[in-house]
Amino acid sequence: MSATGIGASVRRKEDRRFITGAGHYTDDINRPGQVFAYFIRSPHAHAAIKSIDSKSAAAMPGVLAVLTGTELAADKIGNLICGWMIHSKDGTPMKMAAHPALASGKACHVGDAIAVVVAETLAQARDAAEKVKVDYTVLAAVADPVAAQKPGAPQIHDVAANNTIYQWHLGDAKAVDAAFKTAKHVTKLDIVNNRLVPNAIEPRAAIGDYDSGTGTFTLWNTTQNPHVARLVIAAFVGMAPEHKLRVIAPDVGGGFGSKIFIYPEEVVALWASKRVGRPVKWVCDRSEAFLSDAHGRDHVTHAEMAFDAGGKIVGLRAKTIANLGAYMSTFSSSIPTYLYATLLSGQYEIPQIYCEVDAVYTNTVPVDAYRGAGRPEATFVVERLVEVGAREMGQDPAELRRKNFVQKFPHQTPVILMYDAGDYNASLKKAMELADYKGFAKRKRESARHGKLRGIGISTYIEACGLAPSQAAGSLGAGVGLWESAEVRVNPTGSVEILTGSHSHGQGHETTFAQLVSERLGIPIENVSIVHGDTDKVQFGMGTYGSRSGAVGMSAIVKALDKVEAKAKKVAAHLLEAAEADIEFKDGKFSVAGTDKSAAWADVTLNAYVAHKFSGQELEPGLKEGAFYDPTNFTFPAGCHICEVEVDTETGSTEIVAWTAVDDFGVVINPMIVEGQVHGGIAQGVGQALCEGAVYSKDGQLMNGSFMDYSMPRANLLPTLKVATTMTKCPSNPLGIKGCGEAGAIAAPAAVINAITDAIGTEQLAMPATPSAVWSSLQKSYKLPHAA
Amino acid sequence: MAKISLIVNGNPVNANIDPRTLLVQFLRENLRLTGTHVGCDTSQCGACVVHLDGKAVKSCTTLAVMADGHEVKTIEGLAADGGPLHPMQEAFREHHGLQCGFCTPGMIMTAVDIVRRKGNELDDHTIREELEGNICRCTGYHNIVKAIAAGARAMRGGASASQAAE
Amino acid sequence: MYAFTFHRPQTVRQAAGLLTKNADAKLLAGGQSLLPTMKLRLASPPQILDMTLVEGLSGIELSGRALTIGAMTRHYEVNASPVVQQAIPVLAKLAGLIGDPAVRHRGTLGGSVANNDPNADYPAACLGLGATIITNKRRIKADDYFTGMFSTALEPGEIITKISFPIPKKAAYQKFRNQASRFALVGVFVAKRGSDIRVAVTGAGSNGVFRVTSFEEALKKRFSPKSLEGLTIPADGMNSDIHGSAEYRAHLVGVLARRAVAEAIGKPAA
Repeated sequence: MSATGIGASVRRKEDRRFITGAGHYTDDINRPGQVFAYFIRSPHAHAAIKSIDSKSAAAMPGVLAVLTGTELAADKIGNLICGWMIHSKDGTPMKMAAHPALASGKACHVGDAIAVVVAETLAQARDAAEKVKVDYTVLAAVADPVAAQKPGAPQIHDVAANNTIYQWHLGDAKAVDAAFKTAKHVTKLDIVNNRLVPNAIEPRAAIGDYDSGTGTFTLWNTTQNPHVARLVIAAFVGMAPEHKLRVIAPDVGGGFGSKIFIYPEEVVALWASKRVGRPVKWVCDRSEAFLSDAHGRDHVTHAEMAFDAGGKIVGLRAKTIANLGAYMSTFSSSIPTYLYATLLSGQYEIPQIYCEVDAVYTNTVPVDAYRGAGRPEATFVVERLVEVGAREMGQDPAELRRKNFVQKFPHQTPVILMYDAGDYNASLKKAMELADYKGFAKRKRESARHGKLRGIGISTYIEACGLAPSQAAGSLGAGVGLWESAEVRVNPTGSVEILTGSHSHGQGHETTFAQLVSERLGIPIENVSIVHGDTDKVQFGMGTYGSRSGAVGMSAIVKALDKVEAKAKKVAAHLLEAAEADIEFKDGKFSVAGTDKSAAWADVTLNAYVAHKFSGQELEPGLKEGAFYDPTNFTFPAGCHICEVEVDTETGSTEIVAWTAVDDFGVVINPMIVEGQVHGGIAQGVGQALCEGAVYSKDGQLMNGSFMDYSMPRANLLPTLKVATTMTKCPSNPLGIKGCGEAGAIAAPAAVINAITDAIGTEQLAMPATPSAVWSSLQKSYKLPHAA
Repeated sequence: MAKISLIVNGNPVNANIDPRTLLVQFLRENLRLTGTHVGCDTSQCGACVVHLDGKAVKSCTTLAVMADGHEVKTIEGLAADGGPLHPMQEAFREHHGLQCGFCTPGMIMTAVDIVRRKGNELDDHTIREELEGNICRCTGYHNIVKAIAAGARAMRGGASASQAAE
Repeated sequence: MYAFTFHRPQTVRQAAGLLTKNADAKLLAGGQSLLPTMKLRLASPPQILDMTLVEGLSGIELSGRALTIGAMTRHYEVNASPVVQQAIPVLAKLAGLIGDPAVRHRGTLGGSVANNDPNADYPAACLGLGATIITNKRRIKADDYFTGMFSTALEPGEIITKISFPIPKKAAYQKFRNQASRFALVGVFVAKRGSDIRVAVTGAGSNGVFRVTSFEEALKKRFSPKSLEGLTIPADGMNSDIHGSAEYRAHLVGVLARRAVAEAIGKPAA
C-alpha cells in the first residue's frame, strides 16, 4: 500500500480551504447586480388563498417585484414532481397532487411558499414582505398520518381520497399468515419512527442568474446532484431547455439527503432572475429551513415477528403508514417502499415477509430521504422485534440473532434483494469482544451501586446501498437511471483531472477519488484534481446519496481509467517502438516486457498530445476517456453496533457510556474518512433516538421549529466511539466497495432504544427517548403517541 | 447610519453602516470575509464564532456597532497571510475534525478560545462541555474532540505569542 | 431585524433620560436575549440604547456581608472572578452554566435580570440568595422584583445598575437543561444564611421564578436532603410543553432541590 493509495488514511486535500475560511459555499458567492429574494410563507397549515394584495409592498424602497403563483402560472412554469412511480396493490398509480413552486389557490402546510419579494437588499425584501396582504380562509388541517386517513379528515388534495397516495405492498400475505400459524411465539410491536429535520448546518441557498444575451440560466445551488436538478428544472419545470441551464453546486455544507431534492426556491430564484433582469439570491434562515427543507422518517408501524420453538424466525409482517407531508417531494414515494420494505429481512434468514405501506398526505412539510432513508426505519422494526422477541422468550439477544443470521451467500430474501456477500457472525463477534459484552453484568451491578440503571443494546443492521442497477430501479418505478459517470482528462504534463457525477458535501471525494487515481496511475496525489458539481464541466451524473459515490462513482472512474490505460499503452508502444501487447504499465512506468526499455507516465502523456511518434490517422491524439458505470446489484454494507447506557431514574436522563461499531463496508479506500462517516452517522442516529423529533400540533403548527426547541445532538450527548471493521469484498463492483455513509444512522436508533429499554425494563418507550419520556416510561404512565 | 472603526484581523477598518447590521453581516458582506458562517438564527450553532478582543463571541448575536473601537479576529486572520497554519487549524486537518467544513471556522475559533481559558491539557469531558455552543452535523464530534485536544497541546509555546497579540 | 435608531449614552442619567423620552426604547446590554428576538422580528424597538459605554456599571465588589456586582458585568467575568468564587462559589458556578462560552462572553447580569426569562438562571440566584436589585432610582428586594415571566418591578426609565447578593453560609444550584435551548428546564437554587433558608426555582413555573416555601420550612428544621424526602410540589402552575409535562417539572423540582441541598452541605449524590 502506498502512502497515498487505496487503504491509506490520507489527510484530506480539501481541508485547507475549509480550515482557513476560504471555502466557497453558495452564500459566499455574489453576482454583479445581485438582488435578494424573500419568501412569504403560509402561517397556516391549510388555508385557501382568497387574495394577495402586494400593491403597497411593491411600492416599498428597493422592491423590484412581488411575484405569486398567478405570475408563475402565467409564465408557464411547471410543477415540481416526484420522480418515482409507485403503484398501489390494486394496480392504480400513486396520486400525485400538483406542487407549484408558489402555492396556487391554497396553502397546504405552514411554510408553504405563497409569494416572493425581490428587492435590492434582503432587509428591504423582508420589510416589504410584511406589507403583502394575503387574505386566507383557514381550513381544517391534519398533521397526524393516522388521523389523515380517517373518514371525515380534512381533504388536502382532490386527487387523493382519504389523503391516501398509495396503498402498496410487498411479499406474500397468505404465506406469511400460514407461517404465523406454525409459530410458537409471536412478538408484536407498535412503533413510531419519529420525524426528523435534517438540519445540515449550511442552510439551503440559491442564486439564479439569467443571461438575456444568450438566453441561458445559471443556478448556483446547495445541491447534492446538480445534474438531476438541471434535468428536472429543464424537462419538468420547463424553465429552459437543458442545454440552456447550467447548475453549479459549489462547496455544500452537508446534505444528508435534504439537498437531493428540487425545491421551490431554486426554481423561483431562476424565474425571478429572468423577470427582474438581475441575479437573484436566496439564502434560507434556519427557522425557514425547519418549514421548507424536506423532513425525514415519520412512520407509524405495527409489526409482528413469528418464531418457532427453537427461536428461528418463521415470518415477519408489518403495516406502515408513512407521512409524506403536504406534497410529494422528489423521491419521497420510493423511501417508505423500495428503500424500506426490501430491508425487512435484516441480517436474517426469514422465509416469509409481508409488508403493507400506506403513504398519506398531511398538512406538514414534505418528507423525503434523510440519511439512511427507509433503511433506518426497516432496521428499527427488525432490530426491535428481534430484541423484544429474545427478551420475551428468555433468550440472549445476541444468541437469537446469531441463530437466525444468513450464513450462505448469495442469499435471496423474500423481499426482492439478493444479498451477495457478508459475514454477520464476524461483525457480531468482534463487536461483542470490543464492547466486553461478557463483562456487562458486572458493570450493571456497579451502576446499580451508584443508583443508576444500566442497559445494553445490540443492533445488527443491513443496508442496500450503491443505488443501483438502472434496469432494476426502472422496473421498480424510478424515473431516472442510477449509474454514475466519470471522465478522466490527462493533461500533456501528466497531471489528471477527474470529472465525476458524484458530488462531495463533506464526504472527502477530492481525497479518496484522488487516492484511487494516484494508486492506479502511479502519480503523486497532488497531481490529481477532482472536478464535480458543475453541469458545464461534468457531462452528466446522478449525484451523491444512498452511499453510492464509492461503489458507483469510483467504479465509473475505474472504468474510465481502464480506457485511459489502454490508450496510453498504445501511445507508449509507438514511443518505445514496441508491440502494444508487450507494453506493461506499473507504478507510473510503461515498460516493454523482457527489456529494460521504459517510458515515464509524463513522457507518454506528452507524446499523446504532441503526437509526433504516431500517425494521427492510426491513433487519435490526446488522452481523455469517459465512462458510464451501471452496477449489477446493490451493495450490502452490514455490521453490528452495541450501545451501553446509564439511566438516571430520578430525572430520566440517559447517558451513553459506551459505543462499539463494527461495520463491513467491503474494501475501504481511506479508513480515516470512513471512520468519520461512521461517527457522523451514529450521531444522527443517536439524535433520532435521544433528542430529535419534529412535533406538530394537531392543527399543523410545527412546535419545535428552531434550535431553541429542536434538540440537535451536541458534543456532550455522545461518548468517544469505538469503531472497527470486518471485511467481505463486494462482488458487484471492481473495487469491492460497499459504502459507508449511512451505516451509523441506520444502526444507531435501535441500539440506543434496545439499551434503554433493557435498562428500564419496559418496552413502552418511543423515540426520542428524552429524559421526560424515559421518566414517564418509568412511571408506567407512559402512553405511546399512537399506533396504526 | 452609524460610523464605526475597528480592527479586523489586524487591519483598521472604518465604515458607515446601518445600525441593525450584525457583526457577521458586516464581516461577510462589507469586508467579504466569508469564512464566518451563519447556520442558525437563535445563537445555537456557533458557525459564526469570531474573537472580539480575544474572546469567542457569536457574531450573529452581536451588532457590528458593538464592535466599534474593538478588535475582531476571524478564521481568515488566525494564521498570518501566507504563513503556516495555526496549530488548531493543523490539528483539525490532521485529526479529520471536519467534513463539510461549514461549522469548522466557528469550531476552530471556539477551540482556540477554550485553550485560552482552560489551558493546553484538555480532557475529553471538558472539551465536550465547552462545545455547548457549537453544533456539527457531520462528524459526531469524535474527531473534533481529538483535534481540539491535540491542537491545544500543539499551541503550547508556539502559539502563545499570537495568543498574546489577540 | 427592523431598523432602529442607535444611541450610545455615556451615563446612566443620559440613558434614563432617553428611556423616559422614548417609551418603546430598549436597553442593549450584552444583547444575547434581545438581539435574537429582534432578528426574528419578534421585537421592534424603535430606539436602542447601547449601554456599553456607560460608566460604573460593571465590576465586582465585596463589602462586609454582601457581594455587589455591576449590571454590565458579563457572565464570564462572574464565572471567572476569584472574588465571587471565594464569596459565593455557587454564583460563579451558575454564571458558568448560562448559555455557552460565547454567550457568556457577551451576556450580562443586569440584562438577564431585567429580561427575567422564565428559564434563565440568574433570577433563581437573585431570589435564592435574597438579592437586592439596585436601580438608578431605588433598591428592590428580589422577592418584590420578579413579577411574572418577562415581567419585573422595573418602572419606565428605571435602569438596573447593580445587584447586591448577601453571602450565604451554604448554597447550591442544580440546573437541568432543556436539551435544545440549554436554558433551565428546571433549575433549583437553595441557600442557607442563618435562619433564612431559600429555595428558588426557575424554568418550571408558568409564572417565572418562584420560591418553594414548603421546602424552605422543611429545611429550616434540618438543612439536609432527607428533610425533603417525600415532599413534592403540585403540578398546578408548572409549565407544560413539548419538553416536559407539568408533572415532570414538578417532580424535577423535588429531585433537584434534594440534590442541591446535598451539594450545599458537601455531600453531593453520586
